[in-house]
Amino acid sequence: MANQPFSVLDRPNSYIGKSVPRPNARRLLEGRGRFADDLNLPRMLHTAFLRSPFAHARIIKIDAEKAKAAPGVILIADGKDVATHCKPWEGTLAHFPGMKSPLQFPLPLERACWQGEPVLAIAAESRAQAEDAIDLVEIEWEELPVLADSETALDPDTPLIHPELGDNQTFNLMLENGTVDQTFADAERIIEKTFHFGRHTAVTVEPRSLIADFDDSEGRLTVYYSSQSPYQMQDVFSRHLNITEDKVHVICEDIGGSFGMKLHVYGEDLTTCALSIMTGRPVKFTADRFESFVSDIHHRDHRVHAKMAVSNQGKIQAMEIDDLTGIGPYSVYPRTSAVEGNQVVRLTGGSYQFTDYRAKLNVVFQNKNVMCQYRAVGHPIACSVTEGMVDFAAAELGIDPVEMRRRNLIKDDQYPYTSPTGLIFEKLSHHQSLEKVLEMMDYDALRAEQAKLREQGIHRGIGLATFIEITNPGPAFYGLGGARISAQDGCMMKLEPSGKIFCSVSVTEQGQGTETVMAQIAASELGMPLDDVRMLTGDTEKTPYGGATWGSRGVGIGGEAVLRAARALRNNLLEVAGAVLQCSADQLDIQNSQVIDKNTGTERLSVAEIGRIAYFRSDTLPQDFHPQLTVARHYVPQGPPFAFTNGIQASYLELDQETGFFKLLKHWAVEDCGTQINPRLVEEQIRGGVVQGLGAALYEECLYDEQGQFLNPTLADYLVPMAAEIPDIQVGHVVTPTAYSELGAKGAGEAGTAGAAAAVMNALNDALRPFKTELTRMPFTPERILRALGKV
Amino acid sequence: MTEKLYPLTFTLNGSTITRHVTSRLSLADFLRTEMNLTGTHVGCEHGVCGACTIRVEGRLSRSCLMFAIQVEGMTVETVEGLNASGELHSLQEAFHELNALQCGFCTPGILITAAQLLQETPLPSRKQIRDYLSGNYCRCTGYHAIVDAVEQASQKQAERR
Amino acid sequence: MKAPIFDYIKANSLSEVFDLMEKWGEDARIIAGGQSLVPAMNFRLTTPSLLIDINGIEELKGITHSQSTLNIGALTRHYELGTSEEVTKHAPLLSKAVPHIAHEAIRSRGTFGGSLVHADPSAEIPACAMVLDGRFQLQSRQGCRSVSARDFFKGLFETAMEPGEILVSADFDVNEDGYQSALCELERRQGDYATIGVAARAKTDSGNLFDLRLVYFALEDKPILANHAAAILEGSRGDEAAIAAAKTELTKDLNPIGDLHTSANTKLHLAKVLLERVVKNLLKHAKGTDD
Repeated sequence: MANQPFSVLDRPNSYIGKSVPRPNARRLLEGRGRFADDLNLPRMLHTAFLRSPFAHARIIKIDAEKAKAAPGVILIADGKDVATHCKPWEGTLAHFPGMKSPLQFPLPLERACWQGEPVLAIAAESRAQAEDAIDLVEIEWEELPVLADSETALDPDTPLIHPELGDNQTFNLMLENGTVDQTFADAERIIEKTFHFGRHTAVTVEPRSLIADFDDSEGRLTVYYSSQSPYQMQDVFSRHLNITEDKVHVICEDIGGSFGMKLHVYGEDLTTCALSIMTGRPVKFTADRFESFVSDIHHRDHRVHAKMAVSNQGKIQAMEIDDLTGIGPYSVYPRTSAVEGNQVVRLTGGSYQFTDYRAKLNVVFQNKNVMCQYRAVGHPIACSVTEGMVDFAAAELGIDPVEMRRRNLIKDDQYPYTSPTGLIFEKLSHHQSLEKVLEMMDYDALRAEQAKLREQGIHRGIGLATFIEITNPGPAFYGLGGARISAQDGCMMKLEPSGKIFCSVSVTEQGQGTETVMAQIAASELGMPLDDVRMLTGDTEKTPYGGATWGSRGVGIGGEAVLRAARALRNNLLEVAGAVLQCSADQLDIQNSQVIDKNTGTERLSVAEIGRIAYFRSDTLPQDFHPQLTVARHYVPQGPPFAFTNGIQASYLELDQETGFFKLLKHWAVEDCGTQINPRLVEEQIRGGVVQGLGAALYEECLYDEQGQFLNPTLADYLVPMAAEIPDIQVGHVVTPTAYSELGAKGAGEAGTAGAAAAVMNALNDALRPFKTELTRMPFTPERILRALGKV
Repeated sequence: MTEKLYPLTFTLNGSTITRHVTSRLSLADFLRTEMNLTGTHVGCEHGVCGACTIRVEGRLSRSCLMFAIQVEGMTVETVEGLNASGELHSLQEAFHELNALQCGFCTPGILITAAQLLQETPLPSRKQIRDYLSGNYCRCTGYHAIVDAVEQASQKQAERR
Repeated sequence: MKAPIFDYIKANSLSEVFDLMEKWGEDARIIAGGQSLVPAMNFRLTTPSLLIDINGIEELKGITHSQSTLNIGALTRHYELGTSEEVTKHAPLLSKAVPHIAHEAIRSRGTFGGSLVHADPSAEIPACAMVLDGRFQLQSRQGCRSVSARDFFKGLFETAMEPGEILVSADFDVNEDGYQSALCELERRQGDYATIGVAARAKTDSGNLFDLRLVYFALEDKPILANHAAAILEGSRGDEAAIAAAKTELTKDLNPIGDLHTSANTKLHLAKVLLERVVKNLLKHAKGTDD
């Protein structure tokens, strides 16, 4: 536990808790972003991929003769060509016992397993020429049986996608706590429902993009990459392309959205590196929107049967769930595609006091694009199932959903608390958050308005969704399972001669404000103005090694590394000041870039003066005194495996029962992420996350037919939330810092997405209640609503 | 075999530009690769996402849905030009202060669209702002802060008048 | 997603267009606003050898009106249609349709004529043109012929145009006193392709519906006139019984085709819902309570 004499939280002129604007947003506002595709290197080639038109087919023959002769074409490479430069991978981890997935090559050697899988690469002088050449390639295919419906994946007569694995299952899991069967046998009421969650994709506005530049003279690979995980990818490029790690340099400047989608290993990306090795020229690959739809990882795609035992007094006594999720033909490397299902079964029910819980998870293969982790991994599924069941139970018992939650949520004084699946909650604030959201939305007034309007035939619904959120993954995460993905982070900080600070850190920026928040922590601890701290992230050669940004770990882990580096540098600065002023460093502090006398506040020396003396007049310093003006510190997360946060969301909507359309009127979110370094950035994380969650409830679904053909891979047909349909989102805060770190900050990146769809589902079902019908299949399209209403 | 090149002369951000282009080169790609104006972003190449929105002849246009050759003799403005002219100033200030951008990829298209709105409707309501921006996709912000920022910029501009 | 190679000619006159069409035949495509054509080219769904750019041809531009006729040039941009006082006055239905067409950036390039010729079954303009009984001037080397909107739309992206013809403009009778028009559309998101829509016009000044014309879009492979339903409502005050009867009659008019998100049955249901709404809308305006 932290026990520091000078806490960063209460230092004079602290930036902690201040909503300062992001300095690095300026250039984005002036059109001076530096996105991967903005860069053009001399002699650079462009790649296009021929993609499988079938969901499952054997490659009989490739005829690329005409393409080879096409203008601008430099190189054509198939799976075998690329495999000579790049080793295949297997998307399993040791801590998922029994998990299996076949070896995956960057481009398949014999067989395409999903529609859109890249099978052939062409490098040409321009992207247009590469596409022209793709059109000239002829492939003879032998179509194979397609497994499109995950419900049939484990049926005995379903053909196996990978016969060598013995079945179509990649992973399964059974969790049990307490006396589930007995409790259900004795239960006064049992609620049983089935929920469906559509397959989504990230649809970052910036598609995946990279430039691979292999310099044969030094054997060095430089990759300019739209990726949120440069260190992991440095490792992957090194091991799979057989280049030592020190010769792989990954540079991630501005990232146009990632949300977990841009940290997985993609065949196109490794192929692009291989093409650079083969041609000796820089090679760019920027996915177009169609390619994004068929090859960016998908996510969700769950079917959950759920059962809940409740007493007549509205006490939840037990829950049982069965989750089936289809992940495409391969488990994605290196994080695996088991994580989402794993989090679904572990998080479900986690906000409530019952202890009898059983969960079954089946993760199966299909001939569809691969599925993997995306923002709020598993959370929206777990939250929607849990909160949906709580509301169904409340409705059956005639209890108000608020009262149902008051009776069952883990009490605010019940911590530390261990969930039935072993999750350790240090301290959550469910009840405080519930009361907060009720106050923000004026719940009673809304209920009154709803009742009044219902008499006029206007059907509105109010929905609540409590959630828990996994943040700050601990030191065992991924490494334990054998993946070389770091759980610690590092920070390097130096004094410039002018008195400014340069700081590099291994957590990365994708627009959430990482650099700003890190600078706020550094400036606060150093006693420097924010403008004096220059940040650098996303460059494997210029920053310490770390885990980067995913799983809401930036502030909670990276921030602590920055704090420690800043403290070390401040102490070193004060040592120099002490030497100059011939006093003890203990008597000094830094405020507003001036060294001051701690007791009197008198300014003694500027930090700039320390720089001048230390770097240029070290002759004036005592003999054998060596100013240490560059420091580095690393931080390993402490305490339980995760820092859990919690919150609640509420939705208010109006249903048009004739058309099945509904309109969101307002959305509220309360989040407790502990200490907020920059409250505005927290709010914007929540709002953005909420709207990604709303997409799941309103629109988003990758539609496939029985032949595994993706039916809507355009932005005209795959609908994402746009400004006109999205309501204002009011955000409130409850602050429960974690005591396991100095800053007390937990993550906030998943919260919005975790609870939004559940709140909408509950609001919609609230509106549907007079019609004695309900919906549990997302997205809630007019078609589905009209069917539920019996109108069609 | 080389592709046929067509002469092209037009006004870009106030300067006369003369180049030779292939017919199939989109205006967005031309701006980004030939003119190195990388503030115009390409997000979908089928006219839906709005990231490539620019001004052609004083009106909004998707630069992915025009071929460069089509702007012969026309006036084209990009985020770089509008930044230099100061037209975006109030919007940029408000977007910065209210954090109405995260990754920044959609931002140039949104700024230009918002600037056009404020030309047509100096004091728009929140609904008008949402409606006018309904063709600009942002995955990060959830739009609320963008609406706040356009609203604030419109008020600041009105005060100045 | 880059367009394939093509030749490009910016035509200065219709005769130049005719020359080019004769020479290149079906390998040539005309580009006006390009807001549907260019995405199709980027996806390589259409691969013309020649693009004939007609944006510079003056004869295709402009909105004019005589005592009885409003003439709208094919190159009229959607935003021009939406902001034209003459259109608002003489063909208000068209003004009402404009806000439903995609988004501002698309409306500034996309053209009135392009929308008609493209014949997208979910587009608003073709349906409105049918309601207003528009007459399309099709010109070719051989001369000019006029085709009524009802005969123009043949199917999915199919029209009555012959090779070598170009749409020059459309004529509409100017709105007579006592007539009201309305457009009701369901779209998942603002500016999206319609889930379903209906455009309508009727003489309503007495509070009764006369000369009602209803055209549905995004329902079949082309805009569809609902004459049976309209006949039932003729002379009625849009009362419950008349609407109910008209809804039943709609099944004779409509034979919906389902799409990716909406089944045929649901489209039929929604068509009935919109029937009631559009009729109420027409009559509401008649009573002078303009929304």
